[in-house]
Amino acid sequence: MLKAPPGSLVESIFRDPRHLQLLVLASLWMYGLRTFDFGMGLGVSLITIFAALAAQALLSWFFGVPRFDPRSPLISALSLCLLLRVASPWLAVGAAALSIGSKFLIRSGTGHVFNPTNFGIVFLLLSTDGAWVAPGQWGSGALLAFFFACASILVLTRASRWDVSFAFLGCYAALLLARALYLGDPWAIPLRQLQSGSLLLFAFFMISDPKTTPRSRRGRVAFACVVAVLGAGLTLNWFYPVSNGIFYALALGSLSLPLLNAKSPGRPYRWGESRPMAPRGSLAPPV
Amino acid sequence: MKKLRVLLSVLTMAVLVLDLGRAYAFCGFYVAKADTKLFNKASKVVLVRDGDRTVLTMANDYQGDIREFAIVIPVPTFLERDQIRVTENKYIEHLDAYTAPRLVEYFDSDPCEQRMYFLSKAGAGIGTMASRLDGRDAALGVTVEAEYTVGEYDILILSAQESDGLETWLRRNGYRIPEGASSVLDSYIRQNMRFFVAKVNLQEQSRLGYTYLRPLQVAFESPKFMLPIRLGTINADREQELFVFALTRKGRVETTNYRTVKIPSDLEIPVYVKGHDLFGRFYRDMFSTAVARENMRAVFLEYAWDMAWCDPCAADPLSSEELRQLGVFWETGGAGKEAAQNVFVTRLHLRYTAETFPEDLVFQQTGDRRNFQGRYILRHPWIDPWNTQISPRTPTDSRVPGERREGCRALRASYHENLPKQREERAQNLARLTGWDITEIRQKMHLPAPRPGAAEGGEWWKWWKNFRE
Repeated sequence: MLKAPPGSLVESIFRDPRHLQLLVLASLWMYGLRTFDFGMGLGVSLITIFAALAAQALLSWFFGVPRFDPRSPLISALSLCLLLRVASPWLAVGAAALSIGSKFLIRSGTGHVFNPTNFGIVFLLLSTDGAWVAPGQWGSGALLAFFFACASILVLTRASRWDVSFAFLGCYAALLLARALYLGDPWAIPLRQLQSGSLLLFAFFMISDPKTTPRSRRGRVAFACVVAVLGAGLTLNWFYPVSNGIFYALALGSLSLPLLNAKSPGRPYRWGESRPMAPRGSLAPPV
Repeated sequence: MKKLRVLLSVLTMAVLVLDLGRAYAFCGFYVAKADTKLFNKASKVVLVRDGDRTVLTMANDYQGDIREFAIVIPVPTFLERDQIRVTENKYIEHLDAYTAPRLVEYFDSDPCEQRMYFLSKAGAGIGTMASRLDGRDAALGVTVEAEYTVGEYDILILSAQESDGLETWLRRNGYRIPEGASSVLDSYIRQNMRFFVAKVNLQEQSRLGYTYLRPLQVAFESPKFMLPIRLGTINADREQELFVFALTRKGRVETTNYRTVKIPSDLEIPVYVKGHDLFGRFYRDMFSTAVARENMRAVFLEYAWDMAWCDPCAADPLSSEELRQLGVFWETGGAGKEAAQNVFVTRLHLRYTAETFPEDLVFQQTGDRRNFQGRYILRHPWIDPWNTQISPRTPTDSRVPGERREGCRALRASYHENLPKQREERAQNLARLTGWDITEIRQKMHLPAPRPGAAEGGEWWKWWKNFRE
């Protein structure tokens, strides 16, 4: 663990895992703006970010949350910008509003059920023709994958949810490799499937959301494996072929969350608590 | 309750304030000049897709002995006889011409009276050839699920338990299967795919009177939206070329397991590219350069457009009848020439080897209806009719009186001052797009080489060269 003097910039970045996550997402977003031919574009991205912040502010006020925290909606909005493609800016606004709305409205016990971005994406994919996820657009550059992995490990060790990401990736990779072995396919096929940018983004930043993963480690690993099996099955035509099966898989898996949390006791996650020092007042969860 | 009312009114206001509609139109006039057989031995496939329904049309420009022609295609379902048709090349050729990258031409006008003139010509296209396996031999067991004669083709639908059996069967039945096919066949067998095998029936062919091979078309229903390309890469030591024309209802089609990249477009290039059928060479080299830049790991988008119109048109939009012949089953317009509604065309172009495209292409239909076309611009400079020099610094038009003449003089002077810079930019565009030698390009354009170290050259960042000159 990195030790930084209290109050310094480094310390404030590392204090809350969301800060590092925001940094990584923002740099990927800027990389994407330059690189993706079919990305969201600067205008629509800014609209998405604004819509997410506005939704958070409005709903915080409506539900009487004492403090407006921009971090969580920024993360949701940037993830949307990176993953979702829309035919009209209105759909981007809708996705942002749905993502943030789900956090306030679909709740069980102490927390929300769905990862906000995941909910927004799945809702739009199912309800309109004008939204899609472009998993191929990242290419499969090994360098990009490396960057993802390094940056993400940093984020995750702070959020102490690395177990979900690695359980998911391990399980998913094992399934892809097993399939290639069964079909007699060259290794190049599963390996390039694993180097997909949206898969890594999903594994490191979406499924690992501490707020929407089970509280016990055993529960988290089981959760990750279920999502991996469902996701691989959907993506690879086992039950019904859809592109982007992992997103549906996570939404389905999240439905089991209240049950898993009821079975395995544990405290709800609070942002910034992995830090050895006591969390400051300002670090209370956004909702 | 009050809070809810405020919340709702804020939302309504947001809806009213944000008018996010967007319209985008191209302008320009069409002059394409690309060879029809630019990319020899390329496969051309038309994929019509809506919901789970697919119509796949495959065109051939098979050059060899027709008796040796055979084609093996993995298909996701069993095919009844009437799911298989033979169609005409002309429909695919028309679609190819309609979607081909285009050259447009502008004539700069007198800077004093900004107006544009145009010129237009026609013709564009690409060669064909589907992945195939040739054969001659005898016979052995594998399940022949059906056997049909459709048009000039004898067609078999095969299913197999294991690849060795299938390979032996194909060999004995006269299909020349390349080394290494077995493992790929095995992969398809285990994915429960059937094999569509076609050969030419010589008697039928001479009875029908065709001297060339017509495209085969199959229609099936399957959630899989993919195109098998692996069999074609087994024995190919060289690169394969493939064009996919996707016709859909909703919008653009892209690959989900490979990057889809737009071909460079809307760039000004030197006027001489129009002459001597150079545009064909330009497009071929430009495509090769783009492929190299992406390490041959991307699929290129060359055209994405609503089929009801085009601007500029490389060829007329296809009629309802033509689209129905290509398998657009939802198109119910009359038999006349009127343009189709609700058909969106995507033209994808890829060059691949087994190494760079190890997996079959998997597609998805997106909701993106934005138009895109490969379009390259020629711009002829304005020539002062009263002073036939290319760069007259002193306009001599005596008909324009006094003050306006002064204004004109300044406009024309600055126009001519900018010309060499613009021409140099076009030269560099061409060199960058095609990899052609910049010196040669400048020679052809009668453009002087920039002074060594001049800031406008390719090495503008070497600023120190400027003051040391």
